[in-house]
Amino acid sequence: MTAIDALDPDAQNALKRSEADHPSSPVLSCPADAPLALQSGAAIGPWQIAYQTYGTLNAGKSNAILICHALTGDQHVANDHPVTGKPGWWTLMVGPGRPIDTDRFFVICANVLGGCMGTTGPASTNPATGRAYGLDLPVVTIADMVNAQARLVDHFGIETLFAVVGGSMGGMQVLEWAASYPERVFSAVAIAASYRHSSQNIAFHEVGRQAVMADPDWAGGRYLDQGRNPKKGLAVARMAAHITYMSDRSLHAKFGRNLQDREHLTFGFDADFQIESYLRHQGMTFVDRFDANSYLYVTRAMDYFDLTARSDGSLSRVFKGTRTRFCLISFTSDWLFPTAESRAVVHALNGAGASVSFVEIDSDRGHDSFLLDIPEQYRIVRGFLTGAARARGIDGPAPPPAGE
Amino acid sequence: MADLSLPNPDVRVDFDLIADLVDPKSRVLDVGCGDGDLLALLETVRQVDGRGIELSQAGVNKGVARGLAVIQGDADRDLDQYPDRAFDYVILSQTIQATRNPKVVLENLLRIGRKVIVSFPNFGHFDVRLRLLLGGRMPVSKRLPYTWYDTPNIHFCTIRDFVALCDEIGATVERAIALDGNGNKLPFNAPWWVWNLIGAQGVFLLSKP
Repeated sequence: MTAIDALDPDAQNALKRSEADHPSSPVLSCPADAPLALQSGAAIGPWQIAYQTYGTLNAGKSNAILICHALTGDQHVANDHPVTGKPGWWTLMVGPGRPIDTDRFFVICANVLGGCMGTTGPASTNPATGRAYGLDLPVVTIADMVNAQARLVDHFGIETLFAVVGGSMGGMQVLEWAASYPERVFSAVAIAASYRHSSQNIAFHEVGRQAVMADPDWAGGRYLDQGRNPKKGLAVARMAAHITYMSDRSLHAKFGRNLQDREHLTFGFDADFQIESYLRHQGMTFVDRFDANSYLYVTRAMDYFDLTARSDGSLSRVFKGTRTRFCLISFTSDWLFPTAESRAVVHALNGAGASVSFVEIDSDRGHDSFLLDIPEQYRIVRGFLTGAARARGIDGPAPPPAGE
Repeated sequence: MADLSLPNPDVRVDFDLIADLVDPKSRVLDVGCGDGDLLALLETVRQVDGRGIELSQAGVNKGVARGLAVIQGDADRDLDQYPDRAFDYVILSQTIQATRNPKVVLENLLRIGRKVIVSFPNFGHFDVRLRLLLGGRMPVSKRLPYTWYDTPNIHFCTIRDFVALCDEIGATVERAIALDGNGNKLPFNAPWWVWNLIGAQGVFLLSKP
């Protein structure tokens, strides 16, 4: 039981609302006269971006690493979460002595645009109405998220990021950064990612959105005004999505057909199987910390992502002339962002004459592998950043501990 | 960890020779780069901008983990993606005999690189000839450690075979070096048939006008 579970629904909503407008994280607030122009043609202002930093920016401002989080992640990459109290989501990657070594690098991680942890999103208060934006927030894209992050990087006076690193949707942002701001990205690490969202991926997202919108408590997106929360819909969305983050093999290894706290089938629709119980738990804990409308916006941003849209379908042309050093990583059992997607990016980068490393890691744990304790991934990122730091003339991460 | 330590000199006698053929600060693609030993050597002693392709996943992972730009790929399948003249040098070290279509691979290399360096074990070496002639078995030795049924080396050639292939595809042999069984250079002015008999390895620098 986490801290938020002890609260009644109104108090839970209040805590989430408060994180959306007045997060525990530092915030860069941009006034109405410094709006953010969006890809849709709309603009938002005033707007804000919430972030965490770790480590120290060096005098030359050449040691900054930006971490981009995935769909349901947030800026709390290496510190305890203010709502759930759980450890950061990538403490194996980021921290003192880790591959993204906070003793050597200045690490920034910001909540994405459209998120619900302090960067402007549908749960934020719309200054025009005094109520939550809900669906009045314009649809945002991966490029919009990256442009918002670029304003934060400007704020720190950083001309060129030493590295931009992310997995899944974070990896999409990494590729968008490299495509939109090539001169500002010295090296790029995109893990379990793609240059575009596939039809199958869009399909899964649509199932999730329809589940949210089918919940009567969604109330046309105005649930926050009415003190309601479409928990059931969002939980179902999360359950469906969670399946796509794992592999058949890992599910079978973990749960098999084992029964949950019972000896026999009940011939009913209770959670007989452990996998059912597990998914229900995943769904219910997710709704405690995530805003349903944010889920709609951020999944939409992923669906709209296609780097080749700007170059008549040629991915190579997107990266032509780039001097960024790329590292791509995929996992053998990831069927959501399969290796072929990463390989297409690698081929395009080679066609563009870019410096690229590419590794497929053997793992049976599916798309979520990038978040898990798979030493090979950390060894590779550490090695890649060490080589890049050598080229940049800065200190690289500490040598690996025994066992990595 | 960035391990740029140099390989054991006994393992790959041709590395130093190849390094001598490469101009400093050039762009280099090493096809079949293994764990990245040659790339690491070239980055250290020639300050090259190096890239590698390697078939084995374990080799790729080791190369990337030591800070090299290496991708998983296959000389037979994955060279098409590179534009013409993308590199100053493309290196095929101890790999041509393991490709499915050596001729197409070599043509691709000559398209991608201004210069191409190929090194390979010479199947015309007297030791190989003697093992086949006297033993009646496919040769297995320190340099050719595989048995016929598990070898990745499916297209062995002799130095003279290789020179004939270069002629056929219009490649210019700019330099050729043969090494004896101890890794010593043979006199450069010996005729091909001598090299072909006592050269254990051939190292060729090629170009195509």
